[in-house]
Amino acid sequence: MSTASFERGYNAFKEQIDAPIAAYFSSCVRCGTCAEACLFFTETGDPKYTPIYKLEPLRKVWEQEYTLFGKLKSLLGLSKKLTDNELAEWQELIYGSCSMCGRCSMVCPVGNDLVYMIRKAREGMAAAGHAPPGIVAGTQRAITTGSATGVGLPTLQAQIRRTEREMGIKIPVDVQGTEYMALISAMEILNYPEYIGALSKIMARVGKTWTLSSEGFEATNAGVQIGVSEIAKELVMRIVNAAEKLQVKTVISPECGHAYNAIRWDGPNLVGRPFTFKVKHILELLDEWREQGLLKTEGFEQARMTFHDPCQLVRRGGVIKQPRNLLKMVATNFVEMEDHGKMNWCCAAGGGMGAQEEAEELRLKAFNRKKTQLDALKVDTLVTACANCRDYLEEGLEVYEIDMPVVGLTEMIADHLSE
Amino acid sequence: MMTSGDFLFWVRGPAFQIATAIFAFGISWHLLEILSLGRKPDRSVPRGSRMLGGLRTIFSRSIADKSIFQSSAFTIVASYIFHLGFFIVLFLLVPHIMLFQALLGFGWAGLPTTLIDVITIITLLALLALLIHRLKNPVRRFLSTFEDYLAWTVTFLALLTGYLAYHHSIQPYSLVLGLHILSVEILMVVFPFTKLMHTFTFIIARWYIGANAGHRGIQL
Repeated sequence: MSTASFERGYNAFKEQIDAPIAAYFSSCVRCGTCAEACLFFTETGDPKYTPIYKLEPLRKVWEQEYTLFGKLKSLLGLSKKLTDNELAEWQELIYGSCSMCGRCSMVCPVGNDLVYMIRKAREGMAAAGHAPPGIVAGTQRAITTGSATGVGLPTLQAQIRRTEREMGIKIPVDVQGTEYMALISAMEILNYPEYIGALSKIMARVGKTWTLSSEGFEATNAGVQIGVSEIAKELVMRIVNAAEKLQVKTVISPECGHAYNAIRWDGPNLVGRPFTFKVKHILELLDEWREQGLLKTEGFEQARMTFHDPCQLVRRGGVIKQPRNLLKMVATNFVEMEDHGKMNWCCAAGGGMGAQEEAEELRLKAFNRKKTQLDALKVDTLVTACANCRDYLEEGLEVYEIDMPVVGLTEMIADHLSE
Repeated sequence: MMTSGDFLFWVRGPAFQIATAIFAFGISWHLLEILSLGRKPDRSVPRGSRMLGGLRTIFSRSIADKSIFQSSAFTIVASYIFHLGFFIVLFLLVPHIMLFQALLGFGWAGLPTTLIDVITIITLLALLALLIHRLKNPVRRFLSTFEDYLAWTVTFLALLTGYLAYHHSIQPYSLVLGLHILSVEILMVVFPFTKLMHTFTFIIARWYIGANAGHRGIQL
């Protein structure tokens, strides 16, 4: 990352402002509805967590730089200039109390896409040197080791060998000309390597050729989280180069909703050109194969279970019905939370929240929202489709002393494949 | 000294022309400021239509989601009453329609004045309730700026003076009518520089969020 300075930050804010941002700020009537959609507000009652308030630095720059009235106000000395101290103060709001879950964007009556605005505000914050140390460290690890958690290729290779031994199958790495190239998320390598096993089992059963790449395997994108597009681009390019080198037709995003967005929707915009391959989320593919009759399961889970929608997967990714179709294949006692799908509540750990030590207390407090949702259902098992959600759901449940297994949907499907 | 007749003449003549010019120029300028910023094209392969998503959301966002209605029922209901009432009074009161006819060259049917009278009272009450809520609700009070109170005041005064003029509450009539027209002119002058602009920009905002979602195949 280039040297951060207030001036660089201010210019980054300016560069981020486009017609949607201007339309959004022009339309805000300060009704406060977005607060009610944010779990950091609902679980604390503190008005400073109101999503639109978190965007005050960006709003100032817009008003003072891009409106006639704002310029007049500045000339007459009627408006306060943005300061570095203010940005330092806002770090807690733009990063430390926002998981970029995008629920606020769903409820704004004038249609303000608040999470789109937060994403852009982070570009200014990072350039000004006000990104939280935890996220900065993660971003640096992503550049140097290939993964934000610092778990790089050697660990992945070890996990691959172990999975091969345990399952007695060969996991293809760097195989050219396969139909699919699978990506994995750092959290899967670290905590849930069983995803790799589940994937190989499914690929073998549906009869598709696939590979992993040793040069582009990590799907999560620290550059998107922190808000540095040049880094985000570099990380996407690793995947693009790997996919093009191996000449695959489709890249499979792992469960992680953030990873899916980073590669499927942000990716081509970051690199500035459309991809030569398709990008599909693993659940999209599984549901397609179900429809085509390629994916067949047997047996049912008896436990009463519900599904935690990863925010990025539903609200920004558009993968909503697929997990439900898949769950119905293997679960007889599946119930929905009251707010589910597009309106589901976040696990409180997305958008870099999990990487910030200083945000841990608030994050766990906000987890109470998920607890309330689960309490109302009296379920035995929580299914999700995101390794990051899963990790922090497990942590939250433990802190709140709830004994409930959290299961990954892909693995659950793999467990029920018919012979 | 200016008589009430002179005053009425002034607000109907020069003042109205100035206010209309600021209103029209201000709005056009502000919309141009927004749209001229443009946006980068989306290079990702679409899963749905931007156009359909944008158009759909312009309308669909008028209906609150169930879960948010439960937590913000007061704001939503009071705002609905205010907006509907304001538009009925503005566009369906016969004297207003006559003014539009004089300006635009065409008119439309109005509602009985006694009905408009009742709607005005309800609209004023809704505005008052929204002000009290803004002052009492921790989030709204925290977010509110001078601009919010200014926008509220000019809107409230326009409605209130209209109500007083209809009832001839202040004598002479030319004075109260003049005050009503003046308060509307103040509203018109303030409009392009405050959140009142949302009257127009909400369409652009909803379009953008809807188009982005439509591109990704998400129905908002």
